[in-house]
Amino acid sequence: MIEAIFSLTVLVQAIRFAVPTALAAMCGAVTESSGVIDLALEAKLLFGAFAAAAVAHATGSAYLGVLGGVGAGMAVAAVQIWCALVLQANQVIVGIGLNLLALGGTRFLLQLIYHEGANSPAVPTFAGPLAANPVLWLAVLAALALPFAIRHTRWGLRLRAAGDRPDALVAAGVPPLRPRLYAALVGGALAGAGGAQLSLSIGGFVADMSSGRGYAALAMVILAGWRPALAALYCCGLALADAINFQLQLAGAGIPHELAQIIPHVLTILVLVIVGGKHGRPPRSLGRV
Amino acid sequence: MSWAELRPSPHLKRELIAVVIALLVSLAFGSVLMLVAGKAPGHVWSQMVLRTFGDEYLLGQVLYKATGLALTGLAVALALDVGLFNIGVEGQLVAGVLASGVVGAALPATTPAVIAIPVCLLAAAGAGALVGLVIGGVRIYRDAHEVITSIMLNASITGLALYIGNVALFRGGSTRGPDIAPGAQLPQLGFGGSSVNAVLVLAVLVVAGMWWLRSRTTWGRAWLAVGADPAAARCAGISIGRVQLLAMAGSGALAGLAATNFVLGHKHAFEEGLGRGTGLLGISAALLGRTHPIGVALATLVLGFLSVGGLAVADEVPKELTEMLQGVVVLAAAGAGPWLARREALQARAA
Amino acid sequence: MTAVIDTVLDKAYGACVVLRGATLAVRPGTVHALVGENGAGKSTLVKILAGVVRADRGTLSAFGHTVPLASWDRARARAAGIGIVQQHGASAPALSVVENAALGVEGGPVLDLAPVAEQLAATGAKVGLPIDPYARVSTLSLGAAQRAELVAALRLGARLLILDEPTAVLAPVEVEGLLARLRALAADGTSVVIVTHKLDEVRAVADDVTVLRAGVTVATFSTADGPLDTSAIARAMVGSDLPPTMTVSPPAEGAPVALGLRGVSLGGLRDATLDVRAGELVGVAGVDGNGQRELALAVAGLERVARGTVMLGGRDVTRASPARRFAAGLAHVPEDRQHGGLLLEASIADNLALGRADVTGRFRVDRRRVLAHARTQIEVLDIRPPDPAAIARSLSGGNQQKVVIGRELSRPGLVAVVACQPTRGVDLGAVVRIHERLRAAAFAGAGVLVISADLDELLALCHRIVVVLRGAIVGEHVAGAGARAALGALMTGAA
Repeated sequence: MIEAIFSLTVLVQAIRFAVPTALAAMCGAVTESSGVIDLALEAKLLFGAFAAAAVAHATGSAYLGVLGGVGAGMAVAAVQIWCALVLQANQVIVGIGLNLLALGGTRFLLQLIYHEGANSPAVPTFAGPLAANPVLWLAVLAALALPFAIRHTRWGLRLRAAGDRPDALVAAGVPPLRPRLYAALVGGALAGAGGAQLSLSIGGFVADMSSGRGYAALAMVILAGWRPALAALYCCGLALADAINFQLQLAGAGIPHELAQIIPHVLTILVLVIVGGKHGRPPRSLGRV
Repeated sequence: MSWAELRPSPHLKRELIAVVIALLVSLAFGSVLMLVAGKAPGHVWSQMVLRTFGDEYLLGQVLYKATGLALTGLAVALALDVGLFNIGVEGQLVAGVLASGVVGAALPATTPAVIAIPVCLLAAAGAGALVGLVIGGVRIYRDAHEVITSIMLNASITGLALYIGNVALFRGGSTRGPDIAPGAQLPQLGFGGSSVNAVLVLAVLVVAGMWWLRSRTTWGRAWLAVGADPAAARCAGISIGRVQLLAMAGSGALAGLAATNFVLGHKHAFEEGLGRGTGLLGISAALLGRTHPIGVALATLVLGFLSVGGLAVADEVPKELTEMLQGVVVLAAAGAGPWLARREALQARAA
Repeated sequence: MTAVIDTVLDKAYGACVVLRGATLAVRPGTVHALVGENGAGKSTLVKILAGVVRADRGTLSAFGHTVPLASWDRARARAAGIGIVQQHGASAPALSVVENAALGVEGGPVLDLAPVAEQLAATGAKVGLPIDPYARVSTLSLGAAQRAELVAALRLGARLLILDEPTAVLAPVEVEGLLARLRALAADGTSVVIVTHKLDEVRAVADDVTVLRAGVTVATFSTADGPLDTSAIARAMVGSDLPPTMTVSPPAEGAPVALGLRGVSLGGLRDATLDVRAGELVGVAGVDGNGQRELALAVAGLERVARGTVMLGGRDVTRASPARRFAAGLAHVPEDRQHGGLLLEASIADNLALGRADVTGRFRVDRRRVLAHARTQIEVLDIRPPDPAAIARSLSGGNQQKVVIGRELSRPGLVAVVACQPTRGVDLGAVVRIHERLRAAAFAGAGVLVISADLDELLALCHRIVVVLRGAIVGEHVAGAGARAALGALMTGAA
């Protein structure tokens, strides 16, 4: 059993599990760092997954599918910003509403386009080993590039100002909406790509396939003090635990499967509770328009 | 009593308009979706209304759904009123299903209804309250984000209930537990054989009770103050932690109580997946009803109609269409209020 | 000489008209004081000039060019050479000084902050306001943060510098330094507009004065016509002579201690010991940020003290919650009426009854009594509009404050009152009512503690005044002759 835990299979599986959640976490970190509460990660993952599957099915190319996912993620982000900053609806509710919309909407589109209740038809996947997966490379690139971009570019400076004190942007002649929109679009692209990985890696879209990854990702963002690369790292840790859990189940470790399934959820709660809210403060203007 | 007291507050007028706008937006969005599906919206909407209201069974089903929704909707509304987001209603409902199913089945078969029913109600509400208390507790004392802990708990409780069912309760390869005692079973109300039952009466009473507590007592004022402005409430001597904790417990209790609609009134046993979706839809009900108990009650009728009506016209458009409208309704309701408030301010300036 | 600024402006927020044809004309190379009491519209006027706020109607000519008001925004104003240092600053605390200075003028997608930092240091040295460009703003004192914004505005080549109430966060000696710098800047050719309601500063530094009252320019004065007559300016600000201040005679020697603090330590506040006797008005003076907030929190019970005891009417309330302290006879007027004093979306009547079980009843709300209580307070304090159902958000700052005062000071069995910044941002009519009400509370036997950054208010209102500096109570003085000088010295640690 020990070999089962420390094998290459587990590692590969962990990386595969980690990519969508890590991308969603980076999306959440970036959006919230600009001062907008981002609970719509599920919606970005789901719509990204569906769009990727649909585009890949229509064009026969998984790579184009990824672009479809990216586009869908950015579209959801744009709607989110409109509701949150133009209509000025409560940002938590906007996130939850978008998630509800995604659950129903992807099912509706599944029915409408493919006349299927729960599964899409088979869809091209990425050929070859894990190392050939473009989404994995996107995730790695983002984890490396985001900290630099946030500290050393104009985009990052305005993003930080928007999350800290929007008045400073107004005094500098920059309407706060703009940096927040740009941040959300970048985040949406990342989360949409994560969604693409979900459907393209198993060769099809399954209804409700995000299964709470978006919320787990946000938990990691909070734990990481809103630092995108660290949040992505925590997601990898979570995915490793998931992969080990999976292997133990396959090996018949004796934990009833219903309970084994809920271990990651319980773990997340425990970590949040034990570590509490004392790690890094949220962006000062989070949630305020 | 002077007229000044009877006049509806400017807020009430604005809230009503916001609800109407939300409904209109949802109507428009739904119509667009119908067009995308290749059907004429006028035809589909009218069919939905005619079929649902023309059939006694379907009408009863609307009331059946609305009963469960009213309780989960009130649960979410109560939490929103104190500034918290209780997304855990789904898990609290499952806890209530499990508790009332197990307790109901454990009661001796000769238990009179006057004991059996309150005991089961208490079990359901208590289980939900416990979960609510946990969510509220970790939020208040450990600063753990209640949306995330709620979602995680939902999945955990559902898994736990399934495990308990598989290990201890389910009979003969099914996913149904033992029948609850006859004394605990609530009668159905007819309506062409639909599932609507006596819990409808309970729901109406709860709606009225919540309305009275919220508008006419100091409790209601305290919890509304905490939700509106915690800083002001604190300075005025109200204990934020205590109010929020009690509200989460109450919210969980209401959600747990919703379970009785399915266990005591319909299936008369613990079943896997019983009441699924009622929690999530309760969020839409609370937001469409603008957290006002009467508003929530009316919203549940609208959402119940959409749900049943969607099934009734499933041969015309996919039933998932009305599912999608649940999310649209939330966004529209959330956006309409603030948008109206700003329009009011702009108009006052032009005057 | 063409005027630097020549403008006529209208502005309203919803139903609240803030500026009605207000005019301002600034001569080049001068320090121009824009004065008026709280709520007169001064901040709004200068924010429009700087492009931070958009005017509804009017004309604006800057440096000889007419400006299209409809499209006048911050970027355009900055390009035209108008710099502004706003009342509560406009710096992002988590960013450094140089990052804040680069905001909006980054000059490219990748940041290159080194040259900006050099320019800031150079500009600061040139005008005599040294700053550390790489310091994070959250680590700076309010005065230092303000200096940084000033230097940043000058770095961008501001030809007109606007400062909105800059001395509110400065100790008296820092004020002198700032005013001297402003005179030097004006002499060098940079025009300065300083918004203030403090007439001694006006006399010290201004070449010209414009007086705003209720959104209208009612008078202008200029040193070109002879030395400034501050009493004429004051009359123009208020519209009549200031009403004479009433006094309450100090309590007798043996009066019981209504509010007592012994060795109280909380956050930055260390070892505070203070007695307020029944019938006494005691003021706490000091520049914001020296421990006054902690003092108020300790008295109100909103935070638990690390050490020490708090006594209320002889009872130890150190461990008591705010609710228990209210029951024991405390009243607390919080510092921020909009985020702590009032429920902005609730009516006047509901706000007046918030947390008042003696008005609402223990469980069922007695709406008749709530309404009667509201009508009484509306009359006593002249709250406008006199409608119990009016929503708090729609009230002016002064009337909002009156509602808070009305709720707190009408508590039965009042033993002690702690009032924080009770007339901040409040028009003079309301100031008079609020001061009257505080005096009445003292006359009725309560001990009143007034915490205020406005030394004049304390001198007019209190029997004696203590000073907090860097978290400690450093001294006190009885109000009267020589008090201002003595207190000023204590506030800067020069005593």
